[in-house]
Amino acid sequence: MKTDIKTQHEGVKWQDLSPGCVINGGGTAKEFNTGEWRVDTPVFIEDKCKQCLLCVPVCPDSSIPVVDGKRLDFDYDHCKGCGICVAACPFDAIEMRKGE
Amino acid sequence: MSIRERLSGNEAIATAMRQVCADVMPAYPITPSTELPQYFSSFVANGETDTIFVPVESEHSAMSACIGSEAAGARTMSATSSCGLAFMWEMLYVAASNRLPIALAVVNRALSGPININCDHSDAMGARDAGWIQIFAETNQEAYDNFVQAYRIAEHPDVKLPIMICQDGFITSHGVQNIELLEDDVVKNFVGEYYPESWLLNPEHPEAVGPYTNPPYYMEAKYGQLQGLINAKKVALEVAKEFKEISGREYGLFEEYRMEDADYVMVMMGSAAGTCKDTVDMLREEGIKAGLLKIRMFRPFPGEEIAEALKGAKVIACMDRTESYNSQDGPIGADVKAALFNAGMAPKVLNYVYGLAGRDVTVESLASVFEDMKTVDETGEIGDTYRYLDLRG
Amino acid sequence: MKQLTEIRWHGRGGQGAKTAALLLADVAFSTGMYVQGFPEYGPERMGAPITAYNRLSDQEVRVHSNIYYPDYVVVVDETLLESVDVTAGLKKEGAIIVNTPKSADEIRPLLKGYEGKVVTVDARKISVEALGRYFPNSPMLAAVVKVSGIMDEQKFLDEMEASYKHKFAHKPQVIEGNMNALKMTFAEVE
Repeated sequence: MKTDIKTQHEGVKWQDLSPGCVINGGGTAKEFNTGEWRVDTPVFIEDKCKQCLLCVPVCPDSSIPVVDGKRLDFDYDHCKGCGICVAACPFDAIEMRKGE
Repeated sequence: MSIRERLSGNEAIATAMRQVCADVMPAYPITPSTELPQYFSSFVANGETDTIFVPVESEHSAMSACIGSEAAGARTMSATSSCGLAFMWEMLYVAASNRLPIALAVVNRALSGPININCDHSDAMGARDAGWIQIFAETNQEAYDNFVQAYRIAEHPDVKLPIMICQDGFITSHGVQNIELLEDDVVKNFVGEYYPESWLLNPEHPEAVGPYTNPPYYMEAKYGQLQGLINAKKVALEVAKEFKEISGREYGLFEEYRMEDADYVMVMMGSAAGTCKDTVDMLREEGIKAGLLKIRMFRPFPGEEIAEALKGAKVIACMDRTESYNSQDGPIGADVKAALFNAGMAPKVLNYVYGLAGRDVTVESLASVFEDMKTVDETGEIGDTYRYLDLRG
Repeated sequence: MKQLTEIRWHGRGGQGAKTAALLLADVAFSTGMYVQGFPEYGPERMGAPITAYNRLSDQEVRVHSNIYYPDYVVVVDETLLESVDVTAGLKKEGAIIVNTPKSADEIRPLLKGYEGKVVTVDARKISVEALGRYFPNSPMLAAVVKVSGIMDEQKFLDEMEASYKHKFAHKPQVIEGNMNALKMTFAEVE
């Protein structure tokens, strides 16, 4: 049993709302695009990045994917543009662009 | 098959709790339900049950632990009274909105103040909007029978809501009376094992319980709860039918006593209904067509069914064992009058507050209510519709 | 016709009047009756006057009120006669049973003109002789059974013995004393 999270939207009818609003199955936050909330956008400048990975644990939305010990570009579906990664980066490898 | 015994209402509920054998019982003691965790913890100590008893530091914690345990997939029960129920308040709503079929034995006691430990229904009436099923008992026998039936109603897939099994503090909880118990294995087979569709501690299928619900979802969630509660009427009747097969005892949403041709009908619930039956018999001998409608299920309120049952009544007296301060009626009065209005009926309805905080209710005082109904009928004058029974002054 | 016997017990908190009422309900139940045994509840207060009740019937008991017109009244502590209206509502065809070394004639003037039967039981004397200690419950129970005639005396003794054997399984030496207290009361009470 797993809740199809796509059915639990603001237009859901009462009959289709999960009883008790229980969400069955884990990892459903992935299907909720918090990236839509973003006003300012961090941009990854790969040339300057030393792969120290200090930005990764401070991201509140787990929006910096790491593969084989190296960080990749941002997961913009979920990044809310808070800018904490910018402050954490010692090498100016992340730049904040206003309103993009 | 059944076992002839004499037990107090608390002993009866404790026996039902042992027989039902839920997985977990978190509880905190309060008069007059203190004996329930007391008896139950001695069952645990004596190895008579494998239910896990969780002593907690308050009723708020007791209900919180019930919610955690039930959400984790364990059949869970507790017991409380009065201020203890009030202290569970916040969590009562959470239990209902999370659709957790917890069974709570409520031993009704006045909600202070003035401070008092005796019986009235103000505790349960205060919790009537929390979304729980509420069932009331006239006797220790009914309290026992209702608890045995509780999980079958609450856990039904069409219901999935918590349930309060109420009885009158001291009057039935501490009064010893004859009772017929069912054998342990009969109860066990009747109640069955609990297999929830999903549960929080299932590593194969993790789940989130009690998520924040934005305005776009909240009303739909509440309406779903309401439908579950309404379904409890149908389910309770089905369960009662099966219960009759194992016990021989019959239960409905309410009991009609000498109602066939009754002109004057008293609507009440709890232990005073027994006293009312003696009153009705006495008045019938005098030629007065008196009757009683005893509510068993108060939430959901069987409004349509009650209105139908009251069709022949000339005057109705709704008896409330609580004060709800709306200055025109009590909870039973309000619900019965709404049901009558919705059914397009307009009989004369008196509403009495009676028996607050253990004020004794006698055959004589209930007879005076029937006398009042008769006077209203004969004079056509209804007078004050909201009255206090046996009030000095 | 419904045979209903209503009994009111007066005692002081801690003296066992409630226990006696529950015991009477127990033994009447064992003889096949419908029973009620209940105290009037309030905060627990050692020494304060308390009231307990029994309804014993051959039919189901439905009424849940206190008892205002008892058939019998049992007074476990005679000092209550001064402060409590123990004969209130007591039927004159019934009786009042008082735990006291005094005679019925000495007690009657304290009963506000009660015209019915007055029975006295020296529960202290009986208890001390039979048990070596003062436990008024057994003599008072035997007295109410004898005076009211609600059950066969031998049946009562048999049921009480079974109940004592269960209750005092861990100290069987007191069973005989309690049984003697019951029998002595039966012999003394008229």
